[in-house]
Amino acid sequence: MIRHAFARAYLGLILIFLYAPIVVMAVMSLNASEFYALPFRFSTEWYERLFTNDEILAAAWRSVWIAIVVAVIATCLGTMATLALWRHEFPGKRLLQALLFPPIAVPWLITGTAMLIFFFGVGIGRGTPAVILGHVALALPYVIVTVFARMQSFDRALEEAARSLGAQPLTVARKVILPHAAPGIIAGALFAFAVSFDQFVVSYFLAEPGDSTLPVLIYSAIRKGFTPEINAVSTLIILVSMAVMVLAARYAKFGGTR
Amino acid sequence: MADGGGVPAAVGHGVLQPADGCAFGDREWAFTFANYAQALTNPTYATLLWKSLKLAFWVTVWCVILGFPCAYILARMIKGRAREVLFLLVILPFWSNALVRVFSWAIVLRGNGVLDRAVNAISPWEVDLNLMFSDTAMVIGLVHSYLPYVILTTYLSLQAIDDTVIEAARSLGARFPRILWRLILPLAMPGLIAGAVLVFVPVVGSFMEPRLLGGRVGTTYGTLIEDQFVAVFNWPLGAALSFILLAVVLVILAAASPALRKATS
Repeated sequence: MIRHAFARAYLGLILIFLYAPIVVMAVMSLNASEFYALPFRFSTEWYERLFTNDEILAAAWRSVWIAIVVAVIATCLGTMATLALWRHEFPGKRLLQALLFPPIAVPWLITGTAMLIFFFGVGIGRGTPAVILGHVALALPYVIVTVFARMQSFDRALEEAARSLGAQPLTVARKVILPHAAPGIIAGALFAFAVSFDQFVVSYFLAEPGDSTLPVLIYSAIRKGFTPEINAVSTLIILVSMAVMVLAARYAKFGGTR
Repeated sequence: MADGGGVPAAVGHGVLQPADGCAFGDREWAFTFANYAQALTNPTYATLLWKSLKLAFWVTVWCVILGFPCAYILARMIKGRAREVLFLLVILPFWSNALVRVFSWAIVLRGNGVLDRAVNAISPWEVDLNLMFSDTAMVIGLVHSYLPYVILTTYLSLQAIDDTVIEAARSLGARFPRILWRLILPLAMPGLIAGAVLVFVPVVGSFMEPRLLGGRVGTTYGTLIEDQFVAVFNWPLGAALSFILLAVVLVILAAASPALRKATS
């Protein structure tokens, strides 16, 4: 029993370590003092200022629509790739599967600078199209892994049954395979959205100055000095990405129960 | 897979561009090793690479020390709904914006900041606790960012351990420390190593965290590369430095790949 109490206390400490700074930031975004002075006085001034700051609003809007576009493209490409990897044996399949993981393991700094040089080399240059292409590349492995994990539990006898009852291949895909894959596809799309929405490093190298996403704008704002406005916008970002992840977790059921 | 074209482009850029550093101008492409020569022989660069490796080492050590007990408790001492919720809570910050989380540490750690005040409110004597812009601040911020990786991978390998094996050891009279040392730790090793690699690799290339939490002492190999691309505009040198970093990372990944394969199978 003592061991369990100790274990619970330890988990509590880890959770405090993980969440305390975020809570402090959220609280300070509601503090009236510009210099984070205590005692705490409640104020929504920083949020009000946020919603009149055109630069931040434009960047926020850009971040959201880029993330949506990335989620759509990455989910379509990723789902098709997963179905191909799952259904068919073809030469080079193992190599392709192995190549899916380095983008997760290589530091983003290298990926970002390499993409910057690559996009200049092929003539796309900096800017939103480069950001979208870069984010799609980063998000694809996450989509494929998520959808593939879901397809592992598909009973192929179902497909056989549908086909023997006379269903055309497209009907089988639409009525049998896709409904089974749906939770995985939704989770994959949410992962892709989160990867893009939270992505800083790659956006930082690929975004055009003055045309940046929210994290890039925050980075340059922090380097100029802290303001409670940054707390406010950061708090909102954390809330959005955590909400997306809670949703994704409900579909993907990672962690599992035993 | 999809960014496969990017990395070879970086190699090419490191070798092909004129050494006086203009990014894709009208200039003729010329083959040179001068950028690599400069990147490899400059003692400052070597010092910074060593510093980044040391930083990554300490961050990894702390993540493993803090993460293993956490994963053990989650995987083997808590069951059912509570486990699902706690697991999600541990993993959730990892999926939220890394930049924003580093910024939140800046507010906590700075002089006269929240931590400083909290400690002084309890402590009977005056403590000057300004951790901001120090190596400690960088390690704290990076451990915070990457701890969930180690917990996740270790959790997965701990969960796969067959309960009957541990029962058998216990019925043969083994006590908990012995079971931990001889049974659980070896079986969890692939997960621990996978987690350690997933922490070490990105931390070697980190630049935003050292920049924001380290201030002037936060110059690392990562910030050096960042500067080549956004401040000095010496892309060829930046590409050469990136590629050297990539080579270091690949060597580490290759060394750990047997363990990684075990952990993912």
